[in-house]
Amino acid sequence: MSPPIPFYRNVRVLAWLAQVAFALGVVGLSWLLLTTMLGNLQKQGIPISFAFLPQPAGFGISEGLPFQPSQSYLTACGVGVVNTLRAAVTGIILATLLGIGIGVARLSHHWLLERLATLYVETFRNVPLLLWLVFTYAAIRDTLPRLREGPALLWGTVLMSNRGIALAWLQTSATYSAFQPWLLAGIGVGIGTWIWMTHHRRGAASPRRALGYGLAVGVVLWVSGFVWTWLTTHLPPVVWSVPRIEGFNYQGGMVLSPEFAALLFGLVVYTASFIAEIVRAGILAVPKGQREAARALGLSERQSFVLIIFPQALRVIIPPLINQYLNLTKNSSLAIAVGYPDLFSIGLTINNQTGQAIPFVVMIMVTYLSMSLLTSWVLNMLNRRLALKTR
Amino acid sequence: MPTESYAPVLPPPQVSMSLLGWLRLHLFSTWYNTLLTLGLVGGLVLVLPPLWHWIFAVAHWQAVTINLRLFLVGLYPSDQVWRPGVLLILLAWLCGGSTAPNHGMMRHVSAPLGAGFVLLTCLLTGSARGIVGGAALALLVGYGLRWRWPHTSRLWHIGWLLSAPVVLIVLGGIEGAGLSPVATTQWGGLMLTLLLAAVGIVASFPLGLVLALGRQSTLPVIRWCAIAYIELVRGVPLVSVLMMFALLLPLFLPASWGRPNTLIRLLVGMTLFTAAYIAENVRGGLQAIPRGQYEAATALGLTWVQAMRYIILPQALRAVIPALVGQCISLFKDTALATIIGSLELLGIAKTVIEQAQWKSITGGVVFEVFSFTAVVYVVFTYSMSRVSRRLEHTLGVGTR
Repeated sequence: MSPPIPFYRNVRVLAWLAQVAFALGVVGLSWLLLTTMLGNLQKQGIPISFAFLPQPAGFGISEGLPFQPSQSYLTACGVGVVNTLRAAVTGIILATLLGIGIGVARLSHHWLLERLATLYVETFRNVPLLLWLVFTYAAIRDTLPRLREGPALLWGTVLMSNRGIALAWLQTSATYSAFQPWLLAGIGVGIGTWIWMTHHRRGAASPRRALGYGLAVGVVLWVSGFVWTWLTTHLPPVVWSVPRIEGFNYQGGMVLSPEFAALLFGLVVYTASFIAEIVRAGILAVPKGQREAARALGLSERQSFVLIIFPQALRVIIPPLINQYLNLTKNSSLAIAVGYPDLFSIGLTINNQTGQAIPFVVMIMVTYLSMSLLTSWVLNMLNRRLALKTR
Repeated sequence: MPTESYAPVLPPPQVSMSLLGWLRLHLFSTWYNTLLTLGLVGGLVLVLPPLWHWIFAVAHWQAVTINLRLFLVGLYPSDQVWRPGVLLILLAWLCGGSTAPNHGMMRHVSAPLGAGFVLLTCLLTGSARGIVGGAALALLVGYGLRWRWPHTSRLWHIGWLLSAPVVLIVLGGIEGAGLSPVATTQWGGLMLTLLLAAVGIVASFPLGLVLALGRQSTLPVIRWCAIAYIELVRGVPLVSVLMMFALLLPLFLPASWGRPNTLIRLLVGMTLFTAAYIAENVRGGLQAIPRGQYEAATALGLTWVQAMRYIILPQALRAVIPALVGQCISLFKDTALATIIGSLELLGIAKTVIEQAQWKSITGGVVFEVFSFTAVVYVVFTYSMSRVSRRLEHTLGVGTR
């Protein structure tokens, strides 16, 4: 019978002691920092409070939802969140399309295309995003001509000047309110059909067919609503609007301010170079035997890519792609360098006005954290559906 | 005794291809590839000649050449530029000494680094042949010393450790010791970019290692704290972390310490941010180590520290070298964000140069000249880092051993 282990040599006791000591250290350090901070704030006479939020902001916001200086700080933050999301969502969609294109081009057998795609990736990936933003912004503001002298590209559908870029785009007209119920009904009935087809029908349709039926029903409703409104009011509810110069500004079309255009361009070209590499790596990660097996089965080049290679590559592509989407969203905070009023730059303005540094930091951190966590949660769910099912 | 006869071993079929055949295969294989080739070539013909003309005839490169010193050292006093020059000589000597002939993995890092320092000396001092020669000579002398006494790597490591305070003291100066003090607000340009990147990489690595080990710990309290820190930092943008430290660091320190200068706030923010990402990279390596390695280390009677030091970390870190170098490259690019806090590093200098009054008379200013030069400088550094990483991987046999 060996003697009992003394407590100071018992691994379990030691582990507990270590954890308690560590926790005490963390709590002690936080307490020290907190009391120092409160003391410093007391000396400066700025107690921490969120009471400034409902007060009128007193500054204007150059773009985004309409905002008056008499509206509250909280509303200003809301406008900032919407502006951030506008840049992030548009950026994600465009960067994905461009990135997939470049990534596939890098794998092309076409020598020139592959070289150019490699040049693109190496150039855009190796230079800081901030440089692209500042560069694009300076190029738009300083080197593009003035409003009336700016070039019109693609038969007048794209106008460029130092006031920004105007694109021809869809625009709602006076009869839009009559069309709106059709639009909503199309979405509702389409989704309803899709769910009903997948869940509540005997001999359930394949997911792809269900989705197809849902889309078809929605589109039919939209088109008939569009035609009906047009016939009854003699004015289509949505018109193709070509931009033109009127007075000192653009009228019609979709106008991108120099700030938004610079931010969007920088985010898209920079992130696309990373997405291209992810797509390339994903496609290369599919074992060679898969392509050979597809050839042996007699599938064409296109069929083997769409049915065999790409679905398997997707499993490798999606997790790092989620990371890039999160990076793009976080990088949109660099908008402050070009003066686009996103959440971060509006928050900084509020901080400069009120001197409330702690609430500013807390609000910024909480908003970006929840955006990151929400995005990764949604995309991880998608990833789980695509992941290899193992028994 | 049965004899076996083997078919003769044939050499692989010789693939020879004429130029025409190559063109046919790579550019004109199908009708749509032919169309694509014609379109791309047409685009290049439209773009390249005007670009060529702009580079060699139109562009005002004097905006870069006149301001070269600004790009290299920022607002550092012009009569003190010899100080960074001397430091470059010192660093070149250390690089030479760390380049062990024929063995050691660090020679893949230190040899190109030393060459880079000599090149920088050329740019920095221009006509001052003495300093350039000095840097090249120092590199060779260091290499010679190491060649004569190959087993002195520990001494050179100590040299590198000492070089950090020496660099800071020589750049910052000491009152009354012949080195006039230079405020950190006057440091700038490529010098500041490299300093931020180097300090950031060196300081965040140990912290990241500790965080990664903490995240893998079996003690729940330590694991939760590490996870909370890593996820919190990774969820927010770097610019908000930098801004937070610029605004808040003075609030969290006792008033008697005074206000820490901007450079220190930047470095603290950048280090704490990068550490979280390095921790995630290292964790990837730790998770790739088979359980048997841990068990074998325990069975040999190694303590946890010994097991980590001799068994686990050497394998884990080797596996994640590409990811770690990737992190270094992104930290190097992230130093550009110091511009937003008001530091005049490379990008900050570029922004100042395009605002200079003498270029305002030129239509469009010198935006394209200055920013393309800055972009090329960034590409040179990041591209060499990725080359060095590839050679390191090759030497260490990542993925093959």
